[in-house]
Amino acid sequence: MKKLLTGALVLMLALGVTGCSSDDSESGDDTAAVSGTVTMNGSTSMEDLVESIIETLASTNPELTISCEYTGSSSGTAAAIEGTANIGNASRNLKDEELETLTENIVAYDGIAVIVSADMDASGIDLSMDDLAAIYKGEITNWSEVGGEDMAIVVIGRDSASGTRGAFEEIVGVEDECAYGQEIESTGAVIGKVTETEGAIGYVSLNVVADYEDVQALSLDGAEASSENISNGTYLLFRPFVMATVGTIEEQSEAVQFIFDFISSEDGQAIISTLGLISAE
Amino acid sequence: MKKDKLSIIANRKTKSMVEKTAAMIFCGCSVVSIVSVVFITAFMFYKGVPTFFEVGFGEILFSTDWAPTASDPSYGILYIILTSIIGVTMAVILAVPIGILTAVNLAEIAKPKTRGLVKGAVELLAGIPSIVYGMIGYMVLNPWMYKLEKLIYSGDSSHTFTGGANLLSAVIVLAIMILPTLINITETALQAVPDDFRKSSYALGASKMQTIFKVVLPTAKTGIASAIVLGVGRAIGEAMAICVVAGNVVNFPWPFNSVRFLTTAIVTDMKYATGTHMSVLYAIALVLFVFIMVINIILTTIIKKGDLHD
Repeated sequence: MKKLLTGALVLMLALGVTGCSSDDSESGDDTAAVSGTVTMNGSTSMEDLVESIIETLASTNPELTISCEYTGSSSGTAAAIEGTANIGNASRNLKDEELETLTENIVAYDGIAVIVSADMDASGIDLSMDDLAAIYKGEITNWSEVGGEDMAIVVIGRDSASGTRGAFEEIVGVEDECAYGQEIESTGAVIGKVTETEGAIGYVSLNVVADYEDVQALSLDGAEASSENISNGTYLLFRPFVMATVGTIEEQSEAVQFIFDFISSEDGQAIISTLGLISAE
Repeated sequence: MKKDKLSIIANRKTKSMVEKTAAMIFCGCSVVSIVSVVFITAFMFYKGVPTFFEVGFGEILFSTDWAPTASDPSYGILYIILTSIIGVTMAVILAVPIGILTAVNLAEIAKPKTRGLVKGAVELLAGIPSIVYGMIGYMVLNPWMYKLEKLIYSGDSSHTFTGGANLLSAVIVLAIMILPTLINITETALQAVPDDFRKSSYALGASKMQTIFKVVLPTAKTGIASAIVLGVGRAIGEAMAICVVAGNVVNFPWPFNSVRFLTTAIVTDMKYATGTHMSVLYAIALVLFVFIMVINIILTTIIKKGDLHD
């Protein structure tokens, strides 16, 4: 009897070590804990999403270590290409030269909010996409030109490593034509600058705006910045959240596959909708 | 440990051994510094020079179009070079009178109590980390600068408002940062002027101020020159503080423009640059390196000249 038990134990251990190669699509609420380490690197806009995923998985999978650095989309994809990160997070579509090595796994869609300080009276401001382009090109330099107070506009943008900047400039149609007053290195720093500088305008990921009371998002073409309006096609400033990997998801380590499985599971989708993101399913 | 065992006077054998070991240790230390310098220099040229041939000298040094991430990238750093030169020059022009006069006060005029106070303040100024200068500039200087900017450019629709993050902010932060260097070295130079000079000057009927400006300062000019050159060196190499206050957009260095310096250009892009973009950053580093080298050569020339004359 004892021998049998030991045998069964050994068998179980062996299976556990080599990893079950059955093709069961594991869902997040499966109790089988996964072990391993996963490193991510990339978009500062995706911090809320990634941190929520890490927190949720850490509680149920003590053996799984996920770490993420938030350095900007282009740094993330560069890290994935160089192999210093398993997953490169980009808050924009991948460029052609990135697609040569990386697979674009879109995990969600996120809006880009155009923000001003909460102290500003934005009730009269009616901003169209063309106005926004004119502001960023430096053709409109005072809020009174778009129905606001008589106040100079300080155009705040992100550094060129930013996926938010790439997506914003592409959608608004101001690529390489922006007359930035300042270039800032992270989402949080843009919010700080916009809060502190009178008349400043900036763009950040829509899902972080709710965390800050000091800034407000402007409507575009009469549509409020919200996930409903992105879904119904009235708010046009949005971009994908990409978790790029070298090769397809099936070729990744078990731990990486587990993360992607979790994101498409019910729990993962719940996180995405809680954060105000739009599901990629 | 017994004392007589370790004494180098105990006998000739231990003495010569101690001498040899000490000489070897000193030699080793020197080799470390020399190897570091040689390696860094070689590496800079090895990484930087090919870029100039790949992209083109004129394309990098004399073009003003910096768009490294565009689909058709261009790598012109002329504005960035000009910003560094003009910004540092302005900072030095601002800081030199303040620094030298402070040093004159410390060395020639101040009573011991005042001297202790000022000395302490200057030493503290030297000890403040550069990022703290940047933070204070960001929180205090930028808002002031923005008020000034709005006064000057009110109603001017062609001006890009920067919220106070501009060349002037960076210049002021740099000027404050190089003060300790200027003050300390100038003060040392002034104190090295022999007292006989002052006494002779007084004996001829000169006043205190005449003595300071006509006798002491001209005598110490070599030391003051090296203080200025070292200040320039420190200002050119500073990145952290001005990264926060200068706005970081590549523009021509007009006072109220948001600008990018050579150092901040490297800091901003190096975390994600790949391929040619990364090589161009090495080229920028090489330009910076050459600047510093030139400044050092000037410094050594000044000191040598001073030795010949005095």
